[in-house]
Amino acid sequence: MRPRPSLLKQLLRRRPAQIGGAVIMLLVLCAAFAALLAPYDPYKVKTADRLLRPSSHHWLGTDDLGRDQFSRILYGARTTLQVGLISVGIAMIIGVPVGVLSGYYGGWADLLIMRWIDIMLAFPYILLALAIVATIGPNLRNAMIAIGISSVPGWVRLVRGNVLSAVRNDYVSAAQALGATDWRVMFVHVLPNTLSSVVVLATLQFPTAVLAAAALSFVGLGAQPPSPEWGALLIGARDWIWTAPWLVNFPGVAIFVTILGFNLFGNALRDTLDPTLGQP
Amino acid sequence: MAVYVVRRLLFLVPVVLGVLTLVFLMRALVPGDPIEIMYLGQLPPDKATVDSIRHELGLDAPLPVQFIRYLGSALRGELGRSVRTRRLVREEISNRYKNTLLLAFASLGVAVAVGLSMGILAAIHRDTPIDTATMVLAMWGLSMPAFWFGLIMISVFSVRLRWLPVMGSDSLKHLVLPAVTLGLIASTVLARITRSSMLDVLNAQYVRTAHAKGLTHRTVILRHALKNALIPVVTILGLQMGGLLGGAFIIEIVFSWHGVGELAVQAIQQRDFPIIQGVVVVVAVTYVLINLAVDLTYSALDPRIVYK
Repeated sequence: MRPRPSLLKQLLRRRPAQIGGAVIMLLVLCAAFAALLAPYDPYKVKTADRLLRPSSHHWLGTDDLGRDQFSRILYGARTTLQVGLISVGIAMIIGVPVGVLSGYYGGWADLLIMRWIDIMLAFPYILLALAIVATIGPNLRNAMIAIGISSVPGWVRLVRGNVLSAVRNDYVSAAQALGATDWRVMFVHVLPNTLSSVVVLATLQFPTAVLAAAALSFVGLGAQPPSPEWGALLIGARDWIWTAPWLVNFPGVAIFVTILGFNLFGNALRDTLDPTLGQP
Repeated sequence: MAVYVVRRLLFLVPVVLGVLTLVFLMRALVPGDPIEIMYLGQLPPDKATVDSIRHELGLDAPLPVQFIRYLGSALRGELGRSVRTRRLVREEISNRYKNTLLLAFASLGVAVAVGLSMGILAAIHRDTPIDTATMVLAMWGLSMPAFWFGLIMISVFSVRLRWLPVMGSDSLKHLVLPAVTLGLIASTVLARITRSSMLDVLNAQYVRTAHAKGLTHRTVILRHALKNALIPVVTILGLQMGGLLGGAFIIEIVFSWHGVGELAVQAIQQRDFPIIQGVVVVVAVTYVLINLAVDLTYSALDPRIVYK
């Protein structure tokens, strides 16, 4: 009998994972080497070069202040990665322990946590993020916090559900019988068994967070000028849609391709790690 | 059924109270003096004006008293006054609420019409180019930023073709682009769900029986299969409505559509807290009511679902 191929091999056999993985690699490379790759300073204003069409000098044209669009998009990749990682990190740090506690202990703690989650779910995702930004002030750091907190309900529900089914397993009873503390059972025995869905959710939450941050920046409540965050690049672009459409097209393509890459990779990862999570 | 509706309505009470508590905490938790924050970046008013605003907003009372007063007035439908325009928040919102609902429901209409048709076609023509195209479009919809798609729609249909107005909310013509933008993106998820739900149903025995009875393919699909395939679709529709309400917030900015989203974003920029709180409460309660309506729709679609 041939051995089952490793998870990585299984994942990389899938075409969406290959495409998505390539996009993610490209994003990481752009973010890491932006300073080397960017032909111009992304913040340098040069009014003599304003609104130049894409050319061999400025591959993606220049904006209304004469800044090189290609360099700005490259630097924007850093912000995008940062937004995704920090927002998802915040959601995970809060959502995973709360979900584990809720699912493991049940009873009143579970009831209270789930009612609280019900209340948070009464707000559409972006409205909750807007409300939090309104409370703590509009800037990129706060937008990341807002997006992270708005995603917490989804994390709590997923982890709680997984823990509820995991605690019925014999290995949990065995650990308890051997005198393991609740803390040890929860975080050493139960949590690792829910990790595959945590990884999948993190991959799928990443593009949602990036999209929400770009939307918040676009309406002026996230990254502020002169940040090259991709959503923020589109704020000013609307005024030039008649005369300089490249200002709208390229940042939009950058957001779209990145989100698409993460979605393709996330879906493939989900199908590989945990087919039972599969969406239709 | 009546008992279930009453129970669900009663369940709304703690949720609405929770929403009001969260919204109250929004202002209470803001670090620093709320009046100073309101005037951030502007010439600060004199002390007498600050005191009068503080008194008018009830901020001079202890926090628990402020909370009770807030709850009492909110439950009476009083949401305070805008600190910028001095107009009643209720009036400011009601003018724009209709526009947001109109946009959200028009988008839902587009999403349902396009999404259901695409989903049914993909299921009937499984493993054909139509099916593949639907799945590719679904991934496109999941990844497309609505605000960017909106800008593309403006550049094509308003700037190049000059068919539709760029911005505003004065006529139904103004509604077309924002509704189509939001609706098309939402339709892709709906198409995916409809497809998979239809595929499940098309293999069911009662569909085979309907074919065997000699019914036309069209009747079998539309009267027998679709009705049963709609239950998961309705669930997604409820969730989509939240997305559409939220999406409308962003799209309103793109198209300068005068809805509560535009009002909220302006209020956040101007630190007009009563307006922000009002919008958040109204939209959250609307969303909760829509979800209730979705739950009740299930039994209308499938009489086997009995609520107790």
